[in-house]
Amino acid sequence: MLSIFLEPLLKIALLIGGLMTAAAYLVLLERWIAAWVQDRLGPNRVGIPLTKIRLFGLGQPLADGVKFLTKAEFTPSHVDTVLFFVAPLVIFVGAVAVFAVIPFGSVIPAGVFPASWGIHEPIRLVAAPGVDVGMIYVFAVSSIAVYGVVLGGWASNNKYSFLGGLRSGAQLISYELPLGLSIVGVVLTAGSLRLDVIISHQAQTGMWNAFNQPLGFVVFCVAAFAEAARLPFDLPEAEQELIGGYHTEYSGIKLLMYMVAEFLHMVAAALLIVVLFLGGWHFWGLTGSGNLIDWPVAVLRVIVLLVKVMGVILFFMLARWSWPRFRYDQLMDLGWKVMIPWGLVNLVVVAIWMEYGDHLARLLGLSTERSMAAAGWATMLLVWLVTVAVDPTRGNNRPRRPWPTGNKPGGERPDSAVPGARTLSS
Amino acid sequence: MKPNDKHVTWVKTPRLGPAGRSYLLLFVQGMTTTLRHLFGRKKTVQSPEERHEIPDPLIYRGVHRLNRDAQGRVKCVACFLCATACPAHCIDIVAAESPWPDRQKYPQSFTIDELRCIFCGMCEEACPVDAIELTSFYDLSGKSREEMIFDKEKLLSVYDQTKDAEPMRTRRD
Repeated sequence: MLSIFLEPLLKIALLIGGLMTAAAYLVLLERWIAAWVQDRLGPNRVGIPLTKIRLFGLGQPLADGVKFLTKAEFTPSHVDTVLFFVAPLVIFVGAVAVFAVIPFGSVIPAGVFPASWGIHEPIRLVAAPGVDVGMIYVFAVSSIAVYGVVLGGWASNNKYSFLGGLRSGAQLISYELPLGLSIVGVVLTAGSLRLDVIISHQAQTGMWNAFNQPLGFVVFCVAAFAEAARLPFDLPEAEQELIGGYHTEYSGIKLLMYMVAEFLHMVAAALLIVVLFLGGWHFWGLTGSGNLIDWPVAVLRVIVLLVKVMGVILFFMLARWSWPRFRYDQLMDLGWKVMIPWGLVNLVVVAIWMEYGDHLARLLGLSTERSMAAAGWATMLLVWLVTVAVDPTRGNNRPRRPWPTGNKPGGERPDSAVPGARTLSS
Repeated sequence: MKPNDKHVTWVKTPRLGPAGRSYLLLFVQGMTTTLRHLFGRKKTVQSPEERHEIPDPLIYRGVHRLNRDAQGRVKCVACFLCATACPAHCIDIVAAESPWPDRQKYPQSFTIDELRCIFCGMCEEACPVDAIELTSFYDLSGKSREEMIFDKEKLLSVYDQTKDAEPMRTRRD
């Protein structure tokens, strides 16, 4: 009886402890990378407290945590007190709850434990194993995070915060759809919404979904950047435009909760990219593919997963310094006019391949997986070229020279038509 | 501003070429720059342990000093030119009749508020006898505001400390 509760409780403790530590050290990593990219050294002074040992600055997260906890927590007089308090909780709980169904490894074989413990089945490394609606749960819960942002922006009673919240709402709507569309292809190939089944499907075929459905992978990555509100899509908190965005008015531990939640979103996005598209714990020739494994393989699978996640997180952090932020309308243009059509095309191609893949593979003379990958890459190339040719993000809602008299029908007035007007054409 | 104002200059948005529209080349370009800097040489100077290299201490504008002449007296003749030139009004001189025969006045007190000073070097330029100079000593700190108001003795002691490393720029004595 006790072990029924003990197992999930241990997993939850492990997960939350690990996540909090990871978030703290990811802040340090982010600061390091920010510094290195800007030709600086970054935090390298704080080591073991009360000694002179520096440890390359690895004590920085602890110092940051103490600073945040002991800082004055100021609540401005003009805020909506209840919502101001609830908003960081909402985003934090939403960010943590996502991890309930995301596997952080494969299984621990039952043989590892002494027989007297009465464990006869391998323990699956998911906080909530066997949730059949895994993917739906992930997207439902991660969408809750936007409430934290919108409520925080609203409750702060501050124009900048409000604009941040508003932008976040628009951004979420623009990117939920491509995010959902891009995973439908993955769910179709695996035939299940469970994340562990999706991984083991990739492990069994040996063909990661990123190779099979490159278009879906690109759409998912872009949408995941937007979901995690990372640059180049960090509009809700664009510092240069909105001071701090939705958390302008926050301080102390509430601000800490927002920041940790942001980093957890990034971890969740990286984990999902790895689990859905990069084969989860699978690596050719290293980890095997079945569920009947020995403990070294079990450890190896966790390590492979973590290394992959770390790689994706590094990419997230480097991407931050590589591209300028998208403008508000450019972001939505990209979401609605590029990513959603791409997601739809990906879905259609995958669906066709699921139905007629065997016939088409025989026609091409390749194995089913390889022909599917070939089709995926060909589709991506084609769609990309079409997008370049059509240039759908070029909008026409720009300020335009008006017709001098009367209400002539739309279109831009030719420059020569306005006497004396100057035009700089590029 | 009306949109049909003829003084308005209309700027056409430049259209991206195929490379720009595909995002792919810009993606590679941006990432390459990032990676180059990520592994590139760092410019940080680890301050208390390492020191900034000052290329030419003689033209650096750090803390002031009051120079002494060959007999060890303060060179200043209390002409007030530096106090007049100072844009931050941080120099305060009280002049008195000189005890020495070679000049009429000398500064009975000479104080510089280092917190108000903007280290522009105008005092140094204005001085007709090269009595006030700026040294290359830059990391100046104090525990109170009063401590940061340097009097004549302190400014002369700055000279005593820096005279070997940074000789006086001109000698007219």
